[in-house]
Amino acid sequence: MSTPILEVNDLKKHFPIRAGFFGGTTGYVYAVDGVSFSIAKGETLSLVGESGCGKSTVGKAILRLFDITAGQVVLDGQRIDDMAPGTLRPMRRRMQVVFQDPFSSLNPRMRVRDLLAEPIRNFGLAKDSADLERRVGELMDRVRLPRDAVNRWPHEFSGGQRQRICIARALAPEPDLIICDEAVSALDVSVKAQIVNLLQDLQKELGLALLFISHDLAIVEHMTHRVAVMYLGKIVEVAPRRQLFAAPKHPYTEALLSAVPVPEPGAARERIILKGDVPSPIKPPKGCRFHTRCPYAFDRCRQDEPELRQTEDGHFAACHLHDRPAAENPLAGARGAAVIAHH
Amino acid sequence: MALLEVENLQTHFRTPDGVNRAVDGLSFSVEAGETVAIVGESGCGKSVTSMSILRLIPEPPGKIAGSIRFNGRDLLKLSDREMRAVRGNEISMIFQEPMTSLNPVLTVGRQIGETLRLHQGMSASQAEARAVEMLKLVGIPEPQRRVKEYPHQLSGGMRQRVMIAIALACNPKLLIADEPTTALDVTIQAQILDLMRDLKRTVGAAIVIITHDLGVVAEVAERVIVMYAGRKVEEAAVDKLFGAPRHPYTQGLLGSMPKLGSSLTGEETRLQEIPGLVPSLKKKIEGCVFASRCPHTTDLCRKVAPALEEKAPGHIAACHYAIKEAVAA
Repeated sequence: MSTPILEVNDLKKHFPIRAGFFGGTTGYVYAVDGVSFSIAKGETLSLVGESGCGKSTVGKAILRLFDITAGQVVLDGQRIDDMAPGTLRPMRRRMQVVFQDPFSSLNPRMRVRDLLAEPIRNFGLAKDSADLERRVGELMDRVRLPRDAVNRWPHEFSGGQRQRICIARALAPEPDLIICDEAVSALDVSVKAQIVNLLQDLQKELGLALLFISHDLAIVEHMTHRVAVMYLGKIVEVAPRRQLFAAPKHPYTEALLSAVPVPEPGAARERIILKGDVPSPIKPPKGCRFHTRCPYAFDRCRQDEPELRQTEDGHFAACHLHDRPAAENPLAGARGAAVIAHH
Repeated sequence: MALLEVENLQTHFRTPDGVNRAVDGLSFSVEAGETVAIVGESGCGKSVTSMSILRLIPEPPGKIAGSIRFNGRDLLKLSDREMRAVRGNEISMIFQEPMTSLNPVLTVGRQIGETLRLHQGMSASQAEARAVEMLKLVGIPEPQRRVKEYPHQLSGGMRQRVMIAIALACNPKLLIADEPTTALDVTIQAQILDLMRDLKRTVGAAIVIITHDLGVVAEVAERVIVMYAGRKVEEAAVDKLFGAPRHPYTQGLLGSMPKLGSSLTGEETRLQEIPGLVPSLKKKIEGCVFASRCPHTTDLCRKVAPALEEKAPGHIAACHYAIKEAVAA
């Protein structure tokens, strides 16, 4: 395998909780607590999990929208987490982001032309104004918007079209990696399909790497190469797409898959309904973080924290069940089909 | 006679740049104890429909016309006072946002008790006892303690359970659930859908569930109404709708949704797109509402609006070209 475009090693981000008159730190929110993964050039890695699991914090930490507590972020062989702002700036060109809400991520007082020209000017990519104009036109083509729409304002566009503008803006500085933070979650079903198709086409045309942060497992399965599942600030499972959906190796992944409603009435599927809520990331449970809700938890889970270990080729899971003989391991078989009712 | 009969419902809003026909001639009915889902994308009029049933639309700028017969009475003809006796008592509603629909300064018990004291004339202590009972019914652990807590002390899933407890406190005949699980995480959504299915068995209320999520529809509904641009375009029993959708819009919706397990079949497929945009509701639409986006559009579609027609037993669609099954005489 060639060098990955992005490597994240043992990333931690703890947010201090300040309270009282003098604002002393009374505790920490362990939003991301030791996360490692890598993304190859042109690959899509999806980060899935429920709200509060830390998936967006990982994205923001990579973009260095804040400083991290510990760990390393390596972009194309260079560590960027401790880089000085001056040297970091040209690196920023290489990673861009598309956020969830296209209504709040575009400046309403800028025309589309200026929205797209801004990043090009910022990084000094255009030779002259004719080159700038040409680049803006090309971006409009790339995201399948009419060229003459550059003179319009964001409010004149629908949600899906605005998300296209956001994508064009992310493409403007010719990045290697785009982080899509719930980029299609706010869109209607039919529009969502358009944007998903566009992202897939762009990836093929431009060889982009994508970090696709989402809670929608069906979309993730459709467009990703590999999936990392997060729970309470940790990755509990990473695997190539087909392996993860065919044979989840972590009880949380299995429960997530079984909880997604499928558009197939009367589908015969095994239901695993997790009890209770996600514990607070301020006081994560001892041992395995999932043991409070895990249907298979046993004594060891309450004490030892399992490490992410390879169960088969390229498939990693953090679960003690895999130390048990296969007969006592409910996740030993291909459980995917049973919980998602695949025909 | 059905429990709820909506006939030619028209909810229009006057805006500075024309009348917005949010709901334009919608008719449907709900039998006692039945679960009906209304699906569609944002702006199709599904939420306005539910608000119209409870007359929660401010008039003006809104205007509701047509008839909404509930248990034989036309709700649109009731006085405000009579309508208040219906809301929360005979028909109740659950909204999407459990955070904003609960009062942050009142305890959960007080909020459940409020409807009971108002509609059933219970005393404070009776209402509290019933509130504890309701919390237990919706699966909240330690109801005696929780009843004294405030909404901010509960998680999102718990708050939605409290909303359901409030809605069911007076044993309504009809429960309207407007995107009840949209704001929740999938594992919590699974819990709430499971609870709704259970409660339906024990309480027996009819449910109208409004959602954009076809997965949720398949899980809970018995009959489905698909709305587009303020109108009903298709209606069928849930297995018929998913098994053999007749309207091109429904077909498009189902095709544009990736299905879980899609990677297991081995073939790479592209998601089907519905090109274009929903038409503006401020202009009168000639012909079929879906004509501008439909792959099968002809001149006929652009000129003449198709009527809702029975294409197969119990399966209605508004399309000139939908396949019609020969109904055996």
